[in-house]
Amino acid sequence: MALVEVNNLVKHFPVKGGLLNTTIAKVHAVNDVSLQIHQGEVLGIVGESGCGKSTLGRLITRLYPPTSGQIIYDGNDLTYRSYGEMREFRKRIQIIFQDPSSSLNPRMTVGTMLKEVVKFHKVVPPNEVNSYIDAMIDKVGLPSDAREKYPHEFSGGQKQRIGIARALAVQPDFIVADEPISALDVSIQAQILNLLMDIKKEFGLTIMFISHDLKVVSHFCDRLIVMYLGKVVEEMRCDDIHAEALHPYTKALLGANPVDDPDKRKELTILEGEVPSPYNPPPGCPFVTRCPIVEEQCHQSMPPLEYKDVDNQQQVACFKVERALNQKSE
Amino acid sequence: MSNQESANSETAKPEAADSDNRAPVLSVRRLSTCFRTDRGEVTAVDDVSFELSAGETLGIVGESGCGKSVTSKSIMRLLPKRNSFLKPQSEIMFDGQDLAKLSDREMRAIRGNRIAMIFQEPMTSLNPVFTVGWQLDEALKYHTKLNRTERWDRVIEMLDTVELPNPHRRALEYPHQLSGGMRQRVMIAMALCCDPEVLIADEPTTALDVTIQSQILRLMDNLKKKLNTAIILITHDLGVIAQSADRVLVMYAGRVVEMGSVHDIFHNPKHPYTEALLKSIPKAGPKNHGQKLPTIDGIVPSLYDLPIGCRFYDRCDHRQDLCMGTEPKLEQHVNDRTVRCHYPVGGEDS
Repeated sequence: MALVEVNNLVKHFPVKGGLLNTTIAKVHAVNDVSLQIHQGEVLGIVGESGCGKSTLGRLITRLYPPTSGQIIYDGNDLTYRSYGEMREFRKRIQIIFQDPSSSLNPRMTVGTMLKEVVKFHKVVPPNEVNSYIDAMIDKVGLPSDAREKYPHEFSGGQKQRIGIARALAVQPDFIVADEPISALDVSIQAQILNLLMDIKKEFGLTIMFISHDLKVVSHFCDRLIVMYLGKVVEEMRCDDIHAEALHPYTKALLGANPVDDPDKRKELTILEGEVPSPYNPPPGCPFVTRCPIVEEQCHQSMPPLEYKDVDNQQQVACFKVERALNQKSE
Repeated sequence: MSNQESANSETAKPEAADSDNRAPVLSVRRLSTCFRTDRGEVTAVDDVSFELSAGETLGIVGESGCGKSVTSKSIMRLLPKRNSFLKPQSEIMFDGQDLAKLSDREMRAIRGNRIAMIFQEPMTSLNPVFTVGWQLDEALKYHTKLNRTERWDRVIEMLDTVELPNPHRRALEYPHQLSGGMRQRVMIAMALCCDPEVLIADEPTTALDVTIQSQILRLMDNLKKKLNTAIILITHDLGVIAQSADRVLVMYAGRVVEMGSVHDIFHNPKHPYTEALLKSIPKAGPKNHGQKLPTIDGIVPSLYDLPIGCRFYDRCDHRQDLCMGTEPKLEQHVNDRTVRCHYPVGGEDS
């Protein structure tokens, strides 16, 4: 059974304006997303800025209330739980943010910060708190004197380690990592990615890894979901994304990524056209404005996300790809 | 004889220096930029030398704080005089003049006209209260003798060159009405409107999505081919370098640690830092999936507290006793490579 199950999740953000400051439009940030995350799995969420991947992460952790849909965590429906009712699940669901500087309180030492969460969630008996925190600091690879220091005394990579320690301190089973390495230098990215792999193995974590970097996702994740303008357009395993990607958007993302080898320079894929406004997404497929294989049907209705390959758990939302696959199988 | 002599006296020389279009347009020699801070004086860029030829893209790579942006701002003379200065030996030769010694007024005639720059943040480098067209026109007003209508035609032409859709309408819009990719294209149009001989692009695609990045990279490539502009491309993204650069300069803690052609740097890195940096990029593909990445342990040394020996000593896998006490010199290898290391890695020079 899936640890996390999301059904038809929708999030609209109201846009206020006009004479009486009424709601004049809605941003369709997450639009009818369904997904499952299995125990012990790393699921990658990929997409460009504004595709709703971070909003999805914050909806699943219930940092935002959803507009409609359903979030089921380990058999419990979290969708409309109140703040108080969410408390027991905060201990089990944690989030790591992108910007380590702004997600740490500048007035708290690392020790105080960790003590607060450990005490609040009563992770260990009070007399063991100190040794527990020391162990946590050690686990994420911070120097032992880190306890007494303030966030500004650390480098970007170390701050991200503090963020990971804070998430890990409550012994969660599920972590949402929202672009945890995008703000870091290349050499530090590898360090943090390795740390995440280690703690995943050691604590048996399930991770939802949000990123815009397909290279990192295909390296780290088991499965991958590609989002475009609030919708899931493709879901697949990460073993060999270059060979298996089917949706034109996923292919374009792969084609636009430069190869790290000057001898294999290629013509980078260029997507013409602009992303449609999320205020008023088109009725059909959101990718119509830039799709190289667009056809009449795509403007009319959104292609359903359907299994193309049940064994491989690959799902694609594209009429044309679906037809090509059907022809092949016949 | 002259060939050898010049190879020894200058740290970086493009391969075919004899042909006329390969003569350097910009040559930076022993550039050192210092900042006065509350904690004392720091040298953010330390003895950097390189040459740039027309129609060539020089990539500058390095982690944050390695001095790559300070290098570009020093060339543009954009650093505040209040707390920064160039050391006296620094030379920035451009068209027979030393930019390091020019007055502000003389520099203004060159900056934005013959040497232009694109910044990382297209959001903050455009003025929010003027239309895009007005801001492009301003550069032309300063640097050309065109009249109003000619200038406006040029503005539209430039916006068209950078493939901005509907240039006539977009020219009358304000920056906030454009998307990030469009703003960056406006920045490029602005940088190119006076046909500069040198274009400095400081992390031009870092804030953008990959699909927009590919557009910007293709655009810069086309412009280079068309106008024979020399480009300095500063980035921390090795993929971008592999895609667009001809030669690469790797910086670490204010120093040049390695320089060479893009093929040599990627296939036969000689400095342990370059080697480690290349290894730490995740690679797509089934056999790499879930494998641990090789990392560079530790962090960049603080510029306030630099080691006496090699600056990469703490993090280097190949360090030996000599490296701790003596800083290696930048040494010339064959194929126009320069490496700052006592014990260069990799195979023999081919």
